[in-house]
Amino acid sequence: MINRTRQIVTINNTYKLVVNASTRRLAEVRQFVADKAMHFGFDENQISDIRLAVDEACTNIIKHAYKYDESQNVEIRLKLEKNKLCVSLTDTGNAFDPNKYSKPDIREQMKSKKRGGVGVYLIRKLMDDVEYLKMDDHNMIRMYKNLN
Amino acid sequence: MLTVMKNFHINHRHSDEIEVLEISGELDAHTASKLEDSLKTLIDKNRHNIIVNCSDLEYIASAGLGVFMAYIEDVRGLGGDIKLTNMNERVYNVFDLLGFPTLYDIFDEEEEAVKQFQNSDQ
Repeated sequence: MINRTRQIVTINNTYKLVVNASTRRLAEVRQFVADKAMHFGFDENQISDIRLAVDEACTNIIKHAYKYDESQNVEIRLKLEKNKLCVSLTDTGNAFDPNKYSKPDIREQMKSKKRGGVGVYLIRKLMDDVEYLKMDDHNMIRMYKNLN
Repeated sequence: MLTVMKNFHINHRHSDEIEVLEISGELDAHTASKLEDSLKTLIDKNRHNIIVNCSDLEYIASAGLGVFMAYIEDVRGLGGDIKLTNMNERVYNVFDLLGFPTLYDIFDEEEEAVKQFQNSDQ
């Protein structure tokens, strides 16, 4: 079993965690994000939102960008800038095209026994702002949550 | 800080007509397959009146919701239902964000779901 973790605290109040692309690591990612969000002063409900949004983003990377290739890495960074939390997840897999995304119709999905496609919608609901960036050799989802 | 890995567990109870899955811990893309296996097993045994008691469920991600989405039509098609009960507020909020309360029977207490099944059988 591949089991690597690198957690680095850098200056400028940025926290970084690198995990391999396995759903086995999701609990650890959630714990990391919740701890740091608490440290930045977010309340319990906001921490729940952030934790779920990051879980969904990380799950999408594992499933869609890397297609469950556990030898790949996901990098998670958290930073507080001007009363706003910025969380980014970086991967080097297949890029997600946000233009191809449409709001899920749960009733329709129930009928067709489909699942999935729900994570992106949840992320948008839970966070204040979301952007997808495609660079030469990596992809990034950047999410923001305002600190009230 | 110490990293606490919360697992996901299912305790299965049943009476004559009703199957109850008590789920606890954290339901995510890693643990969802456990719930899926349990539901599949019940459906394969023609046990279609299913209550999922979430009183000790601390966390749910969309992969967990996906399991309910994938099996509800089968179960209802066979004359049964999957009813959800005893969710904490945070777990309920996730179901609510996706509009589940209008599509699924969600009750505060397990007894209400039991009654509902009993009434529909009469």
